[in-house]
Amino acid sequence: MMLTEIFRMALVSLGANKLRSALTMCGITIGVFSVIGVMTTVTALRSSIETGISIFGSNIFQFAKYPIGGGPGEGSGRRKFDMRRDITLQQALRYKRLMEGKADIVCLKVIDQTGGAQAVYNGRKTTPGLTFMGTNEYFLTSNQYTIDEGRNFTPEDVELARPVILIGQSIRKKLFPAEVALGKVIRMKDRTYMVVGVFADKGNSFGGSGDDIGVIPITRFYGDFGGEKRTVNIATQAADQMVYNDTLDKALTAMRIARGLKPDEDNDFEIYSNDSLISAFGKVADIIAAGSFVISGISLLAAGVGIMNIMLVSVTERTKEIGIRKSIGARKNNILIQFLIEAVAISLAGGVLGILLGVAGGNGLAMMLNASVVFPWNWAAIGLLVCSGIGVGFGFYPAWKAASLDPIEALRFE
Amino acid sequence: MTAPSASPGQAERAAISRNYRPPGAVVIEIENVTKLYKMGEEIVHALRGVSLNVSRNEYLAIMGPSGSGKSTLMNMLGCLDTPTSGKYHFSGKNVSTMTDDELADIRNREIGFVFQTFNLLPRSTSLANVELPLIYAGLSPGIRRERAEQALRDVGLGERMMHKPNELSGGQRQRVAIARALVNRPSIILADEPTGNLDSRTGEEIMQLLEDLYEQGNTIIVVTHEEDIARHARRVVRLRDGLIESDARQA
Repeated sequence: MMLTEIFRMALVSLGANKLRSALTMCGITIGVFSVIGVMTTVTALRSSIETGISIFGSNIFQFAKYPIGGGPGEGSGRRKFDMRRDITLQQALRYKRLMEGKADIVCLKVIDQTGGAQAVYNGRKTTPGLTFMGTNEYFLTSNQYTIDEGRNFTPEDVELARPVILIGQSIRKKLFPAEVALGKVIRMKDRTYMVVGVFADKGNSFGGSGDDIGVIPITRFYGDFGGEKRTVNIATQAADQMVYNDTLDKALTAMRIARGLKPDEDNDFEIYSNDSLISAFGKVADIIAAGSFVISGISLLAAGVGIMNIMLVSVTERTKEIGIRKSIGARKNNILIQFLIEAVAISLAGGVLGILLGVAGGNGLAMMLNASVVFPWNWAAIGLLVCSGIGVGFGFYPAWKAASLDPIEALRFE
Repeated sequence: MTAPSASPGQAERAAISRNYRPPGAVVIEIENVTKLYKMGEEIVHALRGVSLNVSRNEYLAIMGPSGSGKSTLMNMLGCLDTPTSGKYHFSGKNVSTMTDDELADIRNREIGFVFQTFNLLPRSTSLANVELPLIYAGLSPGIRRERAEQALRDVGLGERMMHKPNELSGGQRQRVAIARALVNRPSIILADEPTGNLDSRTGEEIMQLLEDLYEQGNTIIVVTHEEDIARHARRVVRLRDGLIESDARQA
């Protein structure tokens, strides 16, 4: 009961110095905001990835020369993968044949790495920097595209390396603002292709537009641009979840045969799936989280010093008040607790504000990246705990100083 | 107000009995007390061996020029300080060896301070100021409020409970301070130059209030250097150079 009274006294004192309390609070708010903001964004993205926005369709795994994100650490790690043999079109086609009857949907993909792909039609141009790739008729399924107008590739298109192209919505809008796109011949990297299909809107995902895309048969791609320094990504879809692991086993065998590996040689290709994508994203997220942790740790430390500073000023200013309280019977602990509560209140109020702003800001950013809204309870709880800790930690010395004042000296203070 | 009425009820008796001692019982017993201060290299003998007894329902003035040890004695009487040597018993309890927190409790329960500069909390209302000792005594809000209101009415400020110090005159502020000193029903009221910051007419009113409290059975110790103020007391103790120069009763 005495505690509630002391609590009230502390709040009254804070209210008497609103601007000062608010400014001190600001430091904490900024520190908490940064860490909660980042954590909210990361949590939102993570939960979105885990619950649906998949880069691949379901039950799909992929073989590639490079791991996602270039592998651990750029420099030497990357070089290790550079040393690997490329996955050639011949190997990919052999793999596909080996998998016939085991997994029917095998999507081969080779991406133009030179950059600057630009589509041109009748003097109209798209911006350079399109995603341009060679693939086959399973591209739609494994990459979750749908056809809006026209048709998908047929097996014959791929087999005969026909000069046909499927384009994304943004290309259609740019090149054919008022005409039908189907049947028109567009120019891409100095080659011409006939538009046979237009993808439905894909929207943005993770910073890139899924609509800035043009795909041609993979055989045509090799024919037009050669096979030098190209490596094929192979996506395979298992029939269902039940046979996923079984299919993956068979696929590994098939891929090892296609690559000509001896039994004692390790796999010289990467295997990844939605799971591995999630874990790869998780690794990136962890690094971001650790970074923001360090930064906000430093800013919280600075804010804590700010609290200590303002509390020391406050103790000096209120020496007389402390003397009065002691003369009428306040014990050491009564004074200590009063000043500690003031420090913790500043810190916690700053923390709560930081959490609210951080959650709002983080979710705002997450929504821009098409992720769903989350409230990171655990981070909020940790934030509040840390703020209380800062309040107690940095408020203790000033409070102890106040509590230890000699009542006679304090009363004499003017 | 601590004096028992003709036939107090049981509850009333319980409420007032804690600090109650019959008139004449010794409240303060000081024996050969000294106090040394170190001021840099120099050692100051503020008190050089003072002995003093104060009984219940006495009205005592402590006088002396500055440097006589009067403030030191007052701080010691008020349990704000402990003696370097000698004995100090307050209501039979040995104060000289108490810890800071035990001293705080004695100040809270047994002593009511009235200061020259009033020493009210500037941002709190009269009522809140008077309630403060009761908060540290751990009383419940209901009892606190009731007793604080009563104390304010007793000093004639029933209409000024929600005023803050800067909305009150000097005399009114000192009355709030006296109400605060009274509210815990202390064994002694210790007033340090209570009229020092007041004009003479207001000062006279405050002295009249102390007189009334004395008449009601309270024990009052006034520390002053003004003969006019000391004249109100029934007994005057004069200090010089850390020793008691004279101790005389007056009419």
